[in-house]
Amino acid sequence: MQLFPCPFCGPRDETEFQFATEAGKTRPEPAAEVSAERWTKYLYLKDNPKGPTREVWLHVTCGEFFLMERDTVSHAVAGSQALGGDPR
Amino acid sequence: MTRRYSAWTLAKEGLRGHAGWQPAWRSPAPKPSYDAVIIGGGGHGLATAYYLAKNHGIRNVAVIEKAWLGGGNTGRNTTTIRSNYFYPESVALYDFALKLYEGLGRELNYNIMFSQRGVLTVAHSEGEMEIAARIVNAMQINGTDAELLTPAQALDKAPLLNRDPRARYPVFGAVWQGRAGVARHDAVAWGYARAADGLGVDIIQDCEVTDFLVENGRCTGVETTRGTIRARSVGLAVAGHSSVLAAKAGFQLPIQSYSLQAMVSEPVKPCLDTVVLYMGTGTYLFQSDKGEIVVGGGLDRVPSYAQRGNPPMQRTVLSGMLEMFPSFGQLKMLRQWAGNVDVVPDSSPLIGPSPLPGLYLNCGWGTGGFKSIPAGGWLLAHLMATGSHHAVSRPFDLDRFVTGRLVDEAAGSGIAH
Repeated sequence: MQLFPCPFCGPRDETEFQFATEAGKTRPEPAAEVSAERWTKYLYLKDNPKGPTREVWLHVTCGEFFLMERDTVSHAVAGSQALGGDPR
Repeated sequence: MTRRYSAWTLAKEGLRGHAGWQPAWRSPAPKPSYDAVIIGGGGHGLATAYYLAKNHGIRNVAVIEKAWLGGGNTGRNTTTIRSNYFYPESVALYDFALKLYEGLGRELNYNIMFSQRGVLTVAHSEGEMEIAARIVNAMQINGTDAELLTPAQALDKAPLLNRDPRARYPVFGAVWQGRAGVARHDAVAWGYARAADGLGVDIIQDCEVTDFLVENGRCTGVETTRGTIRARSVGLAVAGHSSVLAAKAGFQLPIQSYSLQAMVSEPVKPCLDTVVLYMGTGTYLFQSDKGEIVVGGGLDRVPSYAQRGNPPMQRTVLSGMLEMFPSFGQLKMLRQWAGNVDVVPDSSPLIGPSPLPGLYLNCGWGTGGFKSIPAGGWLLAHLMATGSHHAVSRPFDLDRFVTGRLVDEAAGSGIAH
């Protein structure tokens, strides 16, 4: 069982967390002027990297979204922080 | 080199101490150029090469595999083959694969041990029986076989199912697809490899693609650990690593890679002759020809390339098994493994031209790649040979994520991948 660090609650069991999305996605605005291709990139396309990655996770238990840096091969977690910093 | 296998050659070799068998395929050095190169020596890649040669007469073909044949998801799945989907596009695709599987052993002259023992999808409440009836109706309208079973009929198919009236997930009825079944996974890869080799295809193992050759905006070949290989047409069939190769080619895909794990028990005497899936637990299992109980379930919830699997999902899958078959509590589990699956938001595959001209995609099968091997190979071969879609693959083009015309099987049939 792996522990993930919630920036608000500390290390907690992985089953309490839910993956949300890759970090660094910003909703395109204004919506009416956004092309279909740009929506596709925002909604569906991913880097899905093998190795180090930055992701947005939800700690279901406390209800907070946060940033987590981890490795998709070793599963090692480098750190986590509350959202609200600069986008990638 | 490839000889025809038969009862006669088996008997002859038996008398000669099996000294006369030849390798089933050659291991040639890569040539500098081919008409078509396929990246990925799993079932889909090898099937693509076979159908390029057989259906389209294109025999100057190479399959490039970074490790060994069938060592990725082809060797890491639970070998179930079925077509119990909801949308017409999906049934057309998966039933096409199932029909090709039905004649495959004979066609490839290789025993793929395809056993059409049926898949029993058990429902646990009146509400779930309505969902089950909807799926059965959809499957019948779409032209594949499906039956709605009463609790007695379901228990008759799998007598060891949990009959406790206080069970958390009681047997309320089931969806039955009798043509579904299981096959020997390695044999599917090896059978296609041998048949493709027999038609002149070069199968190149231990050769990893490091980059794509791009000239005038078009893919004209690949750089590999064994040199440059040029090709008029390049196919990508690398399952969970599709995003990694796409990044080298300069585009993104709507794919997230996850681990999907499975387990087998020690071999026991015959006790289960169908594949059973519980809607309630998401666990499914069957008994292999060796007697092992093969158990699988849903995806790990952590995006991953680890091919390893995390303990929480093992607990979920095994507790599901105990709910379904209380007597299996005595089983000892022998092995556990995981594959690295490519999950698409609408749980349907990606088949079609990639954003890089000259490079064609066959990926995004998620947890359902093995059952689709013959169709995936047939359709990618069609694309690579003609440059245009087969009618069956058209709905699965990448453009559905721009037009919004998704084939949402996660919503349609409740299939998780």
